[in-house]
Amino acid sequence: MSDELLPHGHPTRAPASQRGRTAEVLEHAKALGKQIEVTIDGRAITVPLGTTILESAQQLGIRIPTLCYHQDLCLAGVCRICVVEVEGQRALQASCSYPITAPIHVKTHTPAVRKARRHILDLMLANHYGECYTCNRNGNCELQSLAEEYGVDYFRFGRMEKPRYEIDLSSHALVRDMNKCVLCRRCVRTCIDLQEVGVLEAIDRGNRIKIATFGDKPLSDVVCINCGQCINRCPTGALRANDNTDEVWQAIDDPTKHVVIQTAPSPRAGIGECFGLPPGQPMTFRMNTALRYCGFDKVFDTNFAADLTIIEEGTELLLRLKAAMANDECRMMNDESALQHPERSQSQSIHNSSFINHNFPVPLPQFTSCSPGWVKFAEHFYPEYLDHVSTCKSPQQMFGALLKTFYAEKTGVNPRDIVTVALMPCSAKKFECNRPEMCASGYKDIDYGLTTRELAKMIREVGVDLPNMPKSDFDDPFGTATGSGVIFGVTGGVMESAIRTVFELVTGKKVENLFDHAEVVPVRGFEGIRYAELPIVEVGPVPAIISHLFKDWNWLKGATLKVAVAHGTANAKRVMEDIKAGGKFSECHFIEFMACPGGCLGGGGQPIPTSPEIRAARAKAIYDEDRSYTIRKSHENPALLQVYADFLTDGPCGHRSHKLLHTHYTPRGKYIA
Amino acid sequence: MLVTEQERLRDDLVKMTDRFGRDRSALMPILQELMRTRYHISEYSMQVIADLLDIHPVEVSSVVSFYSFLEDKQRGQFVIRLCRTIACDMSGEGNVARQLVNDLGIEFGGTTPDGKFTLGWANCLGMCDQGPAMLVNEKIYTQVTPEKVHSILEECRSTFGVHATVDKERC
Repeated sequence: MSDELLPHGHPTRAPASQRGRTAEVLEHAKALGKQIEVTIDGRAITVPLGTTILESAQQLGIRIPTLCYHQDLCLAGVCRICVVEVEGQRALQASCSYPITAPIHVKTHTPAVRKARRHILDLMLANHYGECYTCNRNGNCELQSLAEEYGVDYFRFGRMEKPRYEIDLSSHALVRDMNKCVLCRRCVRTCIDLQEVGVLEAIDRGNRIKIATFGDKPLSDVVCINCGQCINRCPTGALRANDNTDEVWQAIDDPTKHVVIQTAPSPRAGIGECFGLPPGQPMTFRMNTALRYCGFDKVFDTNFAADLTIIEEGTELLLRLKAAMANDECRMMNDESALQHPERSQSQSIHNSSFINHNFPVPLPQFTSCSPGWVKFAEHFYPEYLDHVSTCKSPQQMFGALLKTFYAEKTGVNPRDIVTVALMPCSAKKFECNRPEMCASGYKDIDYGLTTRELAKMIREVGVDLPNMPKSDFDDPFGTATGSGVIFGVTGGVMESAIRTVFELVTGKKVENLFDHAEVVPVRGFEGIRYAELPIVEVGPVPAIISHLFKDWNWLKGATLKVAVAHGTANAKRVMEDIKAGGKFSECHFIEFMACPGGCLGGGGQPIPTSPEIRAARAKAIYDEDRSYTIRKSHENPALLQVYADFLTDGPCGHRSHKLLHTHYTPRGKYIA
Repeated sequence: MLVTEQERLRDDLVKMTDRFGRDRSALMPILQELMRTRYHISEYSMQVIADLLDIHPVEVSSVVSFYSFLEDKQRGQFVIRLCRTIACDMSGEGNVARQLVNDLGIEFGGTTPDGKFTLGWANCLGMCDQGPAMLVNEKIYTQVTPEKVHSILEECRSTFGVHATVDKERC
């Protein structure tokens, strides 16, 4: 059973001795290809042996209510709301975890079933503290809609009069209110199985059971990476993002403050869902109008900073490669001379170290640093690899630093009065903007991070119907960015942008020669871990923008650039373990890591619910947007080149860029005191 | 050589994984062994176990919080659990309980200041025909009378049984 895989492609965490008895029948029977006929509510359907009742019912278009079931997660079967009647069986069965192994007759809505479901809901509500109208999930709560569906009109078993637990407000990113928890354990399965971070688990037993962190410590003290995947999967308001909208409104209403917002590509692909649109409707330019209507003084495109990131991170990669290459040569020379003249090797190495310190191996592969969830994951679980993580700040923070320096200078606004807001699909960005080191300009780079959901709430609050807003463009001096910036929102996007730029900078050829329409297909898709090789057959002249760093590219001629992409920290963990063991990925040069499944578009700040289909639709919207841009490569962004000409005059990875756009990391470790 | 308590604990746990394996299913035997030798499972040891078995610390603490016989707070060397079900109750469990409280000078749920005894309840030990029943660590006593309580406790106090031996080895 070692090859038994969960939907997201990795083995179950159950011990070998317990690994699903039912699942074994399931795999085996499906492999046999045996079909079985079942009758659900009088309608017959033929399904492969081992299909669950719930799946079969879904195929028939019969709705069975679920609560603990989630497409992205392994089965739990704990909430029992999906119970059905199986003819000939005494007890009701949970349809989500009942694999069909015999031609059974199922009834999904008999009086007994309806009564049982109603009772289950009544019992859940008896332990549920909090009023719906003060809940941030009001209108989008699975418990609320089930209560409505089953006509709950009074509290049969009473209700909580007082909160049982304190609300955990310790984290910048997440708020945990266990009074609203229904113990479905979706967050547990998200944290342990989907993301393999392991922050939340059920503690204690019986009526004392609750979902807690290790030692019931506050979230800010445990290994939480703030990815917010648990928020996206929580059926109630027990988990939510730390909402900063009040502060943002306050800043907007303050006439002395100049409030600017930057919008990331993923929220633009997702926000339509908050306004009743189907997933995958990009709202970019309509949202600009709505944001100005809300009162934001300027609306900028985070993609500008994404382009900046590509230039900085690409340059950093090239510098690392060059240093590694020089190291290799140095070492080879040393080895040879050591063999021939053992007595001379000492002086030789000292001589060489005067320009390159080869005692310190260059950390390769370089890891991306755009995903703050991944960065904190690395800080906790792989602190020894932190020097592999690119020193570049994430686009959000780079933009913040530029806004409070370059933009303030240019417009004459005192940076003290600039309030920078970032619209992100991400809860970890709220943590990131509060990192103490993120204030290179002397001010906090980004004052507030907003999630897609929070912005949708703000837009609704000013009475704007987003889908019917006129379109308008982004504000200058940063303008509309490139297609490369847009695809940052989807897994593989950073890698694709980097390949487009690095390839063109090095070879001087168009990347279209290698990939149709500059679409680097090998790094696209939703496969957990992807690997690609890019041969550099010939090299061109060094472009002006980095000519101060490189004399020529001859050292790269004939080299093969090896890259990999991983999304979801479970996959990141797999890649990291491979690197630790010296496997294939340790030979890579550049690896993109995204903490959330699907990349930013599946982030913890995106509209709820989430599923593989929704994420695929959002990805399509992002790739469509990329295709619609005329400029699709970061290094061709005219506004960006202007910034390098006017402000970052010492070029990529120069002194000023290092001060403003680069950062350092904190090894945190996984042990909690 | 100076060895910190944490280092020694880690060494012990590594030895236990050598003995019980590094699979997830080795978790229970390791926790039980830890209870036998150190009378509680500290947060630090949970994290070390998680590290060794490649699972998450929170999963270990979940297991520890689930079972009554696994504890994260320090308990005595001898845990006395008196059965409080109806059969034992009818055969005079009340007197035994009073004798225990008097003799040890602690209430149920407490631990003696010398860390020797912890007193608690059990819900049926399956000895309903021979009540009152009492469990001292892993040893069961049946038909306990207040007089027997005294001798059982004396026996514990004077015993350098498995626990004391372990202690000696450690010191």
